[in-house]
Amino acid sequence: MTEGRPSAGAGAPVLSVRGLTVSIGHKPLVEGLSFDLARDETLAIVGESGSGKSITSLAVMGLLPPQVRATAGQVLFDGRDLLALPESALRPIRGGRIAMIFQEPMTSLNPVMTVGAQLVEAITAHEPLRRGEARARAVAALKSVRISQAERRLAQYPHELSGGMRQRVMIAMALALKPDVLICDEPTTALDVTVQREVLDLLRDLQRQTGTALILITHDMGVVAEMADRVIVMKSGQMVEGGSIASIFAAPRAQYTRDLLAAVPRMGDGSGAIPVAKAPPVARLHDVQVGFDIRGGILQRVTHRVHAVEHVSLEILPGETFAIVGESGCGKSTLARAIAGLVPHQGHIEVAGKPLAGLTVEGRRAICRDVQMVFQDPMAALDPRMRVGDLVAEPLVIHGIGSPMERRERTEDLFDRVGLPRDTLDRYPHEFSGGQRQRICIARALALKPKLIICDESVSALDVSVQARVLALLNELKAEFGLSYLFISHDMAVVENIADRVGVMYLGQIVETGTRAQVFGNPQHPYTRRLIEAVPVPDPAYRRMPAARLTGEVPSPILPVGVSSVRVSLADIGGGHLVAIDEGGPGQ
Amino acid sequence: MTDVTASATKAPAGALRRLLRRKLAILGLAIIAVVVLGALFAPWIAPYAPEEQLFDGLTLEGAPLAPDATFIFGTDLLGRDLFSRMLYGAQTSLVIGVVANGIALAIGTLIGVTAGFFRGWIGGGLMRLTDLMMAFPALLLAICLAAIFTPSLWIVAMVIALVNWVQTARVIYTETTALAEREFIAAERTLGAGTGRILFRHILPHLVPTVIVWGTLGISTTVLLEATLSFLGVGVQPPTPSWGNIIFENQTYFQAAPWLVFIPGAAIVLLALAFNLVGDALRDVLDPTQRGRD
Amino acid sequence: MAAYLARRLIQSVLILLGVSFITFLLLYVLPADPVRQIAGRAATAQTVENIRQQLGLDQPFLVQYGRYLGNLLHGDLGRSYLQKTDVAELIWSRLPASLLLMAGGIACELVLGLTLGVIAALWRGRALDQGLMVGSFVAVSAPQFVVGLLLLYVFAVRLGWFPIGGYGTFAHLVLPALTLGILGSGWYSRMMRSSMIEVLRADYIRTARAKGLDRARVILRHALPNAILPIVAMIGIDIGIFMGGIVVVESVFGWPGMGQLAWQAIQRVDIPIIMGVTLVSATAIVLGNLLADLIAPLVDPRIKLR
Repeated sequence: MTEGRPSAGAGAPVLSVRGLTVSIGHKPLVEGLSFDLARDETLAIVGESGSGKSITSLAVMGLLPPQVRATAGQVLFDGRDLLALPESALRPIRGGRIAMIFQEPMTSLNPVMTVGAQLVEAITAHEPLRRGEARARAVAALKSVRISQAERRLAQYPHELSGGMRQRVMIAMALALKPDVLICDEPTTALDVTVQREVLDLLRDLQRQTGTALILITHDMGVVAEMADRVIVMKSGQMVEGGSIASIFAAPRAQYTRDLLAAVPRMGDGSGAIPVAKAPPVARLHDVQVGFDIRGGILQRVTHRVHAVEHVSLEILPGETFAIVGESGCGKSTLARAIAGLVPHQGHIEVAGKPLAGLTVEGRRAICRDVQMVFQDPMAALDPRMRVGDLVAEPLVIHGIGSPMERRERTEDLFDRVGLPRDTLDRYPHEFSGGQRQRICIARALALKPKLIICDESVSALDVSVQARVLALLNELKAEFGLSYLFISHDMAVVENIADRVGVMYLGQIVETGTRAQVFGNPQHPYTRRLIEAVPVPDPAYRRMPAARLTGEVPSPILPVGVSSVRVSLADIGGGHLVAIDEGGPGQ
Repeated sequence: MTDVTASATKAPAGALRRLLRRKLAILGLAIIAVVVLGALFAPWIAPYAPEEQLFDGLTLEGAPLAPDATFIFGTDLLGRDLFSRMLYGAQTSLVIGVVANGIALAIGTLIGVTAGFFRGWIGGGLMRLTDLMMAFPALLLAICLAAIFTPSLWIVAMVIALVNWVQTARVIYTETTALAEREFIAAERTLGAGTGRILFRHILPHLVPTVIVWGTLGISTTVLLEATLSFLGVGVQPPTPSWGNIIFENQTYFQAAPWLVFIPGAAIVLLALAFNLVGDALRDVLDPTQRGRD
Repeated sequence: MAAYLARRLIQSVLILLGVSFITFLLLYVLPADPVRQIAGRAATAQTVENIRQQLGLDQPFLVQYGRYLGNLLHGDLGRSYLQKTDVAELIWSRLPASLLLMAGGIACELVLGLTLGVIAALWRGRALDQGLMVGSFVAVSAPQFVVGLLLLYVFAVRLGWFPIGGYGTFAHLVLPALTLGILGSGWYSRMMRSSMIEVLRADYIRTARAKGLDRARVILRHALPNAILPIVAMIGIDIGIFMGGIVVVESVFGWPGMGQLAWQAIQRVDIPIIMGVTLVSATAIVLGNLLADLIAPLVDPRIKLR
């Protein structure tokens, strides 16, 4: 039946899935899936997009979208087959005995109901309590997920909470009734890495206290290694392999599992020479600031400013990959957009020796030949009404390069180079997969033979195996075309794999910068350390240092007019390794 | 992931095919076809001249005749054949529907795109103008204008256009600002694409479906407005027949001769309904964001 | 909040100034001559000239407009040319009837539109849904005078359930209010349906179901309040449509409100009344929009007025 060997403390399974098949029309999304879940156990279901892992969890809950049906198999819980139960009999089980939390904490809570009302409702749906009692339970639930000022939170609306807090509210809601099974569908994917750390720690602690069996749906091998007792690897709706965490990581039997594990970017195995740069830098930033105004009052005067980028200075050398890493809202994407000329900046930005400010229309256009950008979401970055061949040739048209024939040839060459078949030139963007689309964007950026390509979270939306291939392509192209990259990412592991030099951004400022070896091997700033420590390690044998539980919230970069942010100053601690030496940073 | 947006590309032929798969759209197109053919061939189809007061068109007491074999829609208070008048009235409705709505659509699109794409004082000024127009009670304004001029067909069309462009402008404005914020426009800018290229190659083509949809739905609004003005006696003036003024002329007698009100009334409803049905179907067919809603 | 309100009120006043200017200008340049109407066809050129001077209509445009605005500041909308009464008084006496009619219309369209929209969304794709949606299309395609005359014919003339016209009792209100509301109910039911369908797909609805709530609670407590949000913004626009609608409906049913007043004034080029009614209508529209914006944050806590 299942590949799983009994883990510690496994008795009779709480939940067992037998031969589950879920289909949309006649197309199976999940086929013949079987597994058992024991009390106290954490089972991870891992796979890439389209593997059917989320559909499986929805099938267990009886929450499949319309048109999607469980067509075969059983979900046995408490001696009953959940698939055969009518809606009315499922209701007491849902939320009461089997609870679930979802990927998007932003959209998973009702925006027009207070947190308290949603919590109380979850409790009273299953237990006939008085208002006061239910409220007390809600407060207790919030406290158990370590939310400060629990009473006050009850009256707040979801949008008043941060993403991490919302996910904790979801967990509180799910665990308030002490369910037997908790299903977590990508619970930390939408969260920043430090917040992910907090939520994972919390989930593990709560599971130990309550003995709830956990099903963890994820694509992240690091999360799996840290959290799970057993793993099921899924691909295209089928189980590829299942087994204990140690055996899967140490001796994966299926080729797919081996590929998947090989594709996972790991911290600490990056190897690359520091470029010896005697040439003038490709891009030079000096004291760059980007701010946005917030208006208010009767006359709509500027009352507040968003200090998105503050006093950033850096140089990108020919042939190097400079990575900017930081969490959401730190200003890294705004910085990228400023260099690409998409948002106005103060201070000095120079690309290929030419300053960006005060350019004429022609000058602006000319500078595009030196700096290009690859965006996060390739589907959004490509005009959906144009054929991909035209999209890739468009920069040539704009800059009046070549005849139509020559452009066609050049486009075909670029397609070859990024690994796309030539005969797809006349197709539309939606006909490609995510990875292929990003290749189209890369081909487009290459068309003008720029000196610098800005990659703004360019691989973040891709599955790990695709991500690995795109990263490899970027590295090949770098050598071949003599490119420099400004690589913007939130993913520490990816950055450590691709970067030559790194800048860590926090609240609009760079708080630490140096070579990869300096920043990752000898992190000095507390925020850098915190980021590195937070990354889940895809190795079940890894034992995390017991560290203080982090619950800090990043301060807001929005300040009233006239108030300026605390400016950090960087000190060189040797070999170009600069670290902020202020007191205003995110100390612990 | 790939399949969700799969049919977003609009080969026009594909859009037409999808349109023809919808029963209600076919019903709408059929009604429009009947009215258009009736209007085009009115001189040949109409059994009588529309202004001719027929000798046998009234009873001996001078009352209009109810529908029968000779006069399939009956006759009006002056003994004219209602069917013939309806056919010629269809010309009025269609001409105004197309002309007035065409003008309104052109003004609305121009203002909407300009305001949405060129922010700053041009856009701000144009949007203040639309805000101002929104504060006018539209029908009251139209009645007022139409009453003061002695309305000809063309003046009625102008008045309707003057009142009706606002809605289109707002829709196109919203759409344009949303498009201008899309990431592929930012991507175009990083390639060095100029304003003209972005506007004509990347924004306008995306607006075409919206313009088509609003153009179609707008004909319905226009037909209704023309009928209302004519019903109040300030639209197209008799003896030129219009479905609205047929009701206006015969309204006082409608308790005794209800067909004189309800036959043209039904015609107005059907024509407006037809354009609404087609417009709605077009929205589903052309607008990828609406796909799969129904 | 106070700053927001102050700014919006200033904007509203500016918009109303614009409306008054444009209307005044239109009435000034248009070919209809109010003096001819007052004097009658038989009047001599001298009489006409006297009346013109008396009313100040011989003055330049800006002087006339300035004087009008000056009077407006004192709440004086001028005097009717023909009825020789105060316009403000005339409008004031007609306002209650029109407000009553509009309140009835709003009630009709909201009750009908929202209920049918929700029903259609819940029975999505079934015959009931399709029937309701075709019905809603017919509702938005029917001119109000046709609906009015039809209701009048069937329920007043044939069945005799309601009076044929007039004003005074609840029975008098039913048909006009229904006529006024049917158009809006068509729009509302369509909007409510698509809004509801969208909301039912939202993640928080899935969360609510995952909590084990029953269907009624999921729909009433979670889906409905969210689905209604986009509808709130429509209130302002609605008032604009109603302001036109009352002209037609009051004319069909002989309802003694502002619409009739306006209609008679337009026919006789009684400029002070036309101006007055236009301004009152524009004020109602502007206030309606403001009201919609003020209600929005009460329904949706995410909206902040700034």
